[in-house]
Amino acid sequence: MASRAGAISAALLGLAVAALTLGSAALTAGHATDWSLGPADGAALRFTLLQAALSALVSCLLAIPLARALARRRFPGRLALIRLLAAPFLLPVVVAVLGLLAIFGRAGPVNAAISALGLPTLSIFGLHGVVLAHVFLNLPLVARILLQGWQAIPAERFRLAEALSMPPVAQFRHLEAPMLRSLLPGALATVFLLCLTSFAVALTLGGGPKASTLELAIYQALRFEFDLGRAALLAALQFGLCAAITLASFRLTTAAVFGPGLGRDIAIPAPKGWRRGADGVTIGLAIAFLMGPLLAILLRGLPGLTDLPAGLWPALGRSFGLAVLSAALASGIALTLALAVARGQGWLELTAMLPLSASGLVMGTGLFLAIHPQMSPEMLALPVTLAVNAAMALPYLFRLLLPETRALLADYGRLCDSLGLSGPARLRLVILPRLARPLGFGAGLAAALSMGDLGVIALFAGARTETLPLLIQRLMGAYRMEAAAGASLVLVGASFALFWAFDRWGATRAAA
Amino acid sequence: MKTIPLAAGFVCLASMAMAETPVLDVYTYDSFASEWGPGPAIEKGFETTCACDLRFVTAGDGAALLARVQLEGPASAADVVVGIDTNLTAQAAATGLFAPHGQPAVTGLPTPYEDANFLPFDWGWFAFVHNKTLANPPKSFEELAASDLKIVIQDPRSSTPGLGLVMWVKSAYGDRAAEIWTGLKDNIVTVTPGWSEAYGMFLEGEADLVLSYTTSPAYHLIAESDDGKAAAAFGEGHYLQIEVAAKLAASDQPALADAFLAYLVSEEAQGVIPTTNWMYPANPLAAGLPKGFETLIQPGTSLLLPQDEAGAMREAAVAEWQAALAQ
Amino acid sequence: MLRLDRLDIRQEDFHLTADWQVPAGARVAVIGPSGAGKSTLLMALAGFVPYGGRMLWQGADLGPMPPGERPLSILFQDQNLFPHLTLAQNLGLGISPRLRLTEADHARIDATLTRVGLAGLGARKPGQLSGGQIGRAALARALLRARPVLLLDEPFAALGPALKAEMLDLVSETAAETGATVLMVTHDPADARRFAGLTVLVADGVADAPRPTAEIFANPPLALQTYLGK
Repeated sequence: MASRAGAISAALLGLAVAALTLGSAALTAGHATDWSLGPADGAALRFTLLQAALSALVSCLLAIPLARALARRRFPGRLALIRLLAAPFLLPVVVAVLGLLAIFGRAGPVNAAISALGLPTLSIFGLHGVVLAHVFLNLPLVARILLQGWQAIPAERFRLAEALSMPPVAQFRHLEAPMLRSLLPGALATVFLLCLTSFAVALTLGGGPKASTLELAIYQALRFEFDLGRAALLAALQFGLCAAITLASFRLTTAAVFGPGLGRDIAIPAPKGWRRGADGVTIGLAIAFLMGPLLAILLRGLPGLTDLPAGLWPALGRSFGLAVLSAALASGIALTLALAVARGQGWLELTAMLPLSASGLVMGTGLFLAIHPQMSPEMLALPVTLAVNAAMALPYLFRLLLPETRALLADYGRLCDSLGLSGPARLRLVILPRLARPLGFGAGLAAALSMGDLGVIALFAGARTETLPLLIQRLMGAYRMEAAAGASLVLVGASFALFWAFDRWGATRAAA
Repeated sequence: MKTIPLAAGFVCLASMAMAETPVLDVYTYDSFASEWGPGPAIEKGFETTCACDLRFVTAGDGAALLARVQLEGPASAADVVVGIDTNLTAQAAATGLFAPHGQPAVTGLPTPYEDANFLPFDWGWFAFVHNKTLANPPKSFEELAASDLKIVIQDPRSSTPGLGLVMWVKSAYGDRAAEIWTGLKDNIVTVTPGWSEAYGMFLEGEADLVLSYTTSPAYHLIAESDDGKAAAAFGEGHYLQIEVAAKLAASDQPALADAFLAYLVSEEAQGVIPTTNWMYPANPLAAGLPKGFETLIQPGTSLLLPQDEAGAMREAAVAEWQAALAQ
Repeated sequence: MLRLDRLDIRQEDFHLTADWQVPAGARVAVIGPSGAGKSTLLMALAGFVPYGGRMLWQGADLGPMPPGERPLSILFQDQNLFPHLTLAQNLGLGISPRLRLTEADHARIDATLTRVGLAGLGARKPGQLSGGQIGRAALARALLRARPVLLLDEPFAALGPALKAEMLDLVSETAAETGATVLMVTHDPADARRFAGLTVLVADGVADAPRPTAEIFANPPLALQTYLGK
């Protein structure tokens, strides 16, 4: 039977993902000679948890009014704004940090305004700076997730609420709160995990060694002390934490409670009066907060565009190819796993979330140990980067796809079966069109994440396998900050264009 | 879509080339081999004489480079490693992976340095770089600590300049190092993972000074015709970073490796260093340094911990730094 | 002939047995109280619910056949059309599940649309249709599939009485043309009388053998009397 073949291939894919994440950590541990944690590792653990928890909470709390305002207001440029919302999440971290510094830094407009008022200037460095950066990077992601949640509430429910003359508060309690209740634990967990494994933000904006994260300690153990045992222990600690969070979020996540609508354009009631003003202020603040640093990146990068190095275009081509391939690979795996989980292979759900818990550094090191010395790591730099990038993007795609896949099977599974619609035809005629929206959004995320990723390639790459982020790092390392800013702008533009193309593909396929 | 066939194509080309000419694999840090670093000129120059194919393999910075060689162990494809600094040579020597270089001692260093395995090819003094518009640049760590100037430094756990700074304070102040760090705590705006983030922040105006090299102003002067940057001269002296190259004991091209090391410290290769790596050459140049280098500060005292001592105290010094700043 | 041979469906605290047959070409109403298992019986026939015993069509066991290969078409209560496909495409699935359609197929689709009163609407999507039109389209697809058995799981329950009657007449006409055997779940005795020669009463864990509709309503068994409120 076709579904058996599907189940088996899903199981094999799940095992491959598990091997990539767990196996690489085991390989790293296998090369260890000494097993001990340092005295500072406890402090690193505490700081890691604190900043991740704060970042997740603030991101989610701020995303609720923003997503709600975007869901119920219509204004010119709204769709463009929603697409642009993805931008901060897609930024390479170093670029994002410099953009934030340009706005909130010592020489930025925020402090200029504050000192014009005669107040003491604010420093962006410290725990609050780390949280600010994480909120900047993740708030838009959460807002997008919640916005999709709002759009998934069938219009009939809002009409029912209006027919019952429910005041906004009651409407929130009966329609919106259950939706939030089903989406927020997952969103919280996702942001928490992202911030848990964050490295450059915590280190750059943390303001000192008290802002050490576990990932930094892993980096230090791997790259500086060559203490594979400590790296593996820290990775296991980080892994355990992430796995616990993931499991907890599964417990808290309830299934979406809404039946299918017919895909008509949804007009969510938009209350007038002060709520209208509040929504406007919310959207305005969000635009200022999210777009200010982007604008700064644009302005910083423009002069450098005249000074781009010759290696830029091949590097861009490589990054672009990697991004498209890893988006395709991640989408294929995520869809296979989501279909399998929706059909009852529940254990695969954990597998699909595994890469979220893994340290990219440890994954890269494990793969390196697996490959060397049988093959030159440089030869495999691009395939390995492809595999790791696809694996790292898998959890997001899977999270996006699973609820919609479940709904699809519940709503149309029997109809497909009764019509004998199976295999490739079912994929082409039903699954891809019905899931086009989350697939396009997710593939766009995967492509952009891959585009901006520096992690694994740095361990493997030689001169001939340079990607754009690596090129930018090399430019900065050679004092060429202006050219680096220009190349960063190209990178941001390319990431965004890729994301936009995928997302748009999904939206038009879904609307058609 | 094309990247995999492309990579496979490179592999084929590379292995075809291998069959015809011997290949010398040189592991180095990123910026050395980048198109703005000394790598391309040195590759071209060496290949005209060696009838071989010189290939650079890059791995982050100097520390990542050593980690990479350790990760690969005796099976490493590397013949030569270029770019470990003297704070890490003790750790490198302990791996037993390196062989004697057999070259005569270099003569351009401000303090004598000789090691059977590790051959210096360039050097520089660590220094705090500032804009010339800064009214009263500090003249010592103590003065810096007493001021309300803001500085950006690098993390000694992830960057070689960061480690150099810890060693600088340690060698200048010994047991008072912790006290100096405590004093500097309120001057430190932030600690970055690597040199480039710190330098970028400084250029963006986030700090008055940044930990870099005395030669940094030469880049702005020569490459950008901007004479607005200067390095602050510290009375207690400046710590040296000496970058070394070494031959792998397991190299399958030992003769080529020797020839490369000899070339690396030759007049031709050394002449490339100042305006590509923005460091001083390890051997004096017959033509002297490029115009612009004469404007740089010349510290009276050069500090350098003997490499065994540096290796032995590294962990404790970093812990001291961390404890002082984490209070 | 459709034969249920000691059929036995068990799900948690639900239980239903049946052991009877209906001749080919019969039109059968399935009636009974809510929750008794009318829909479940049809789902078992369509291949979505596991069961003990056997179900045979013209002597062939349906058990090993996947839902799409069974000699039957089913109209669900809702979700009978894919909202992202046009009406013509939805109908085309009845001819080729891969939607590989020839010119002749398209002509057949157009003709069938005309036959059910949806002429010229092939390019519309289900979201642009009324409930009655959606029911007609689903029926049109069943016509195109031309399977000998048609199962109706109250697909017209949401329609008004006049519209429903119209749909049932359409089902009658088309079934007569193709000679299909029809099993229709309903909770309305009027539907059964109007449409079905035979009626199966599902109550108290048993789907009774079909009896002539006129007879069963003239002389209803106790369970039916309770259901009808007499």
